[in-house]
This record gives sequence, structure tokens and C-alpha cells, in this order.
Amino acid sequence: MTPPTLQVLRPGLLSTVQDLGRPGFAHLGVPRSGAADPDSLLLGNRLLGNPPDAAAIETTALGIDVRLDQARWVAVTGAICRVAIAGRPADLHAPQYVPAGAPLSIGRAEHGLRAYLSVAGGIACPPVLGSRSTDTLSGIGPAPLAAGAVLPLGPAAGTPAPVDIAPRARLPETASVRLILGPRDDWFADDAIDRLFAAVYRVSIASNRVGVRLDGPEVPARHPGGLPSEGMVLGAVQIPAGGRPIVFLADHPTTGGYPVVGVVHPDDLWMVAQAAPGTTVRFRRPGSAL
Amino acid sequence: MTGELRIRPVGRSACLLEVPPAWVGRLADHLRGCHHRGALPGVVDVVPGAATVLLDGAGTAALTPVLEPLLAAWSGDAHEPAGAAEPVEIPVTYDGPDLADVARQAGCGEADVVALHTRAPMAVAFCGFAPGFAYIAGLPVPLRMPRLSTPREAVPAGSVAIAEEYTGIYPRTSPGGWRILGRTTAELWNLDRDPPALLSPGARVRFVAVP
Repeated sequence: MTPPTLQVLRPGLLSTVQDLGRPGFAHLGVPRSGAADPDSLLLGNRLLGNPPDAAAIETTALGIDVRLDQARWVAVTGAICRVAIAGRPADLHAPQYVPAGAPLSIGRAEHGLRAYLSVAGGIACPPVLGSRSTDTLSGIGPAPLAAGAVLPLGPAAGTPAPVDIAPRARLPETASVRLILGPRDDWFADDAIDRLFAAVYRVSIASNRVGVRLDGPEVPARHPGGLPSEGMVLGAVQIPAGGRPIVFLADHPTTGGYPVVGVVHPDDLWMVAQAAPGTTVRFRRPGSAL
Repeated sequence: MTGELRIRPVGRSACLLEVPPAWVGRLADHLRGCHHRGALPGVVDVVPGAATVLLDGAGTAALTPVLEPLLAAWSGDAHEPAGAAEPVEIPVTYDGPDLADVARQAGCGEADVVALHTRAPMAVAFCGFAPGFAYIAGLPVPLRMPRLSTPREAVPAGSVAIAEEYTGIYPRTSPGGWRILGRTTAELWNLDRDPPALLSPGARVRFVAVP
């Protein structure tokens, strides 16, 4: 028996299958990958009664249009966008019923960058190293979705519990994120660190799932040249030779040779993952006022 | 053992152990063993670097009390790494585009470069850059030189190349600035194999010249 499927009608800018990623392989050079904004993925799965690690579709900026060949409950979470099912407006952050064959359309992100389409039962393409995530850095996992792509769906758990709309924090105009200094803050003079905390950065168009590049004041290291390569973590703020910060997202390389001045607080990283190009970003010291 | 070791916090949920480079492989191996038997609560990844071991998943506050007895019980010199039994032999056809230039900079002939590269005992220090890309330490001193000032846009898969004190093999075609000595048919990365990487941290490596 063939499983029920989801067919991609319009893939948008970059739509990929994402779950919670593949931790445990970083020592072999395999990025963790997974949803850039995992809170939104988890919310979608919770709304539908899916296990937390069920795979969903992560869209970027321009949404996606799909069709299911079997009626299913779905949830759209993350970026604020218009959702339509068979041409009728549908809610974000709430279970929505999609009849078999009805087009489901997720529009352009009006606030934030990445919307998640979760389907009851999850996207069931074969896992690679324990995860269905597309790793855009190394090409592991399913290819980014193209028009006409057909994805198998897993068995649905049943009718989701009724909810109104799950409250979500709204992305502020300026993402003000806590930065925990280290491990290489001693590579930077005190005034450079002060400048980093005082600066207003703007998300560069060159940002992607690997990292968010920030345009703004440069933060030069004391020493020229690189650092012996060392392990990198999610949320690390790496300062490359040019001095402009890069905040590492899900597909970041596992090791790197530029100093990491600090790491974004895990509760604040979603704001960076949802910051569209042009959004302003500021770093603040943990414990400081917003 | 803990005297030469420094723990740096990395955000809320990771820490970086700074160690002398010669210890990295054995320490990472030891900590991976601890991780596998559940002795490092919260840790999901043990990632060696050139002079560090990253423990990702638990912060210094939680890990320091756990690490202290584990590190005190560990003698950096006493154990051979678990993966050290048999060196992985990598067949190399030494006909790379940078071989002549490397020989010139090393002040020797191309045959001497091959002899130096194949006779030196080498081991994987750490991985990164791409899945299956191993930084293989143990490059003889005359062959140590910086990477090319202008990286190539596409280095073919299987290229065996050197930079600084490392040898690396490109698992797939990618941009790169390492100096290419030759090429290998060894399969560096295969998702159907467990582990998928031919060369894991700690693995000993021997390069073998083939026509």
C-alpha cells in the first residue's frame, strides 16, 4: 500500500524537510541541522499530537503551496503569513483541516522569515543518520523541495485536541538577543566588546541556514590570523577576518578557525533565525535591561 | 592531569577543554567513551579540534563536577587510543597539480615529497569542513606550508592535499585552498557504512603510493 503523500505545487524560495536534526555526528564533520526555529517546529507537532521529532516543512520568506492526497490536519507556525486552504483563509498556530486534494497555500512571510508546515503524522521520507532534515551545508538528507516533489506522510495520530490559537511571542522590530561571552572573548579588546554590545546590526541578504551575517560595525580581533580549528556550537557568534559577526544557525560547520566572541542565549536564538534580511539585531549582556 | 587543562564555557550548554595538541586525540577518545557509557549527562557531541575538545549539550556548571573525577582518573600517556589498532591505508597516486611546487618549496625532489608523505606515521586529529573530511596530523616538517593564497573554486573529490601540519582528503568536489599532492580512490564517506566516515578522530593513517 502506498502511503499518503504531500505534493509540492510551488516551492517558494527555499523549502526543506526539517526535524530536530542529527546530533551526535559532529566529530565526523556532520552538522546537526534541523529546524532553524525549533520552537515553531515543536509547537506545530504539539498542536497535531505528533511526536516532538516529527518532520515538517520549513519555508523561507516566500512560503509554499502544497496538496495532500488524503485529508489531514495541519498546522502552520513560525513566521506571520497568510494561509489559505482551498482558497479560504486559515489560522496560524492552530490545527487546520485540509480536505483531500485541496490546495494549501502559505504566503509570503510578513513578519519573521521561516514558516513551518506540520502535517499530522509528519513527513515520512527515509531518515539519514537518524534524521529527515535537509542539511544545506553538506547536502545530507532530502533535497530542497522543487515543484512536483512528492513526500510520503506518516500515520496520523487522530483528531487533534481542540485549541484556539496558541500564543507565540511576536518578533520585535529589533531582535535584542542576550550574548554570553566566550569562549574566545579574550581575543578581543575591551573596547571592541563594548562596541559589539553598543552596535546596531542589520541582517545581511547573504544569510542562510548556516549562519546569519550581520552588517554593521566591525569587531576586529587583537591578533591577526586564525585560530587553530575548534568545535563550533549553535548560536556561536563567530568573527571572521573582516570583523563582521556571523551567528551560526542549524547547518553551521562543526569546526571553525575564527574566534567565537560569544554565544547567543538559547532562548533568544529563534529571533535571529526568524530575522529577515534588513532586520536590526542588537546584542545585550545577560541580565541587562531590554 | 588537570593542571594543563583549561575549561572555557561556551554559552549555556557547552564547554571547551583546552589541552596540549598532542593530547587531543586520546582525551577525545576517553571522553567519547565516558559519553557512550552515560557518564557525561546532557552531552550530545564530543568534538575534537586542533587543541581543544568541545563538549556540546551541557554547560560548565553542570559538567565541571562530573569532569573533574573523570579527568583525574585519566592519564594522558597511559592509553593508546581505541582506534589505534590498525592504520587505515590510503592508496595515493601522487600526480597532483601542486606536487612540483611543494617539492620546490621543501627544497627537495618530487620523489622525496612522496617518500616523506608515505613514511610518516599519521593520525586523524579531528574532522570538520565537510562530512568525512579528516584533519590528518603528522605531516613531516619540510612539507608544512600555508594554504594557497587563492583557493581553487573546485577541488575534485578524492584529492589528497596538505596545509599547515595537516593532510586532508576532499570527500566531494568543493572549493579549497590546500595544496594537492595526489588523488585517492578510497571512499571517504558512505552513508550506508557504519560509521559513514572512513577516517574518524584517532584513526591512524598510512598513505601508500600507487601508480
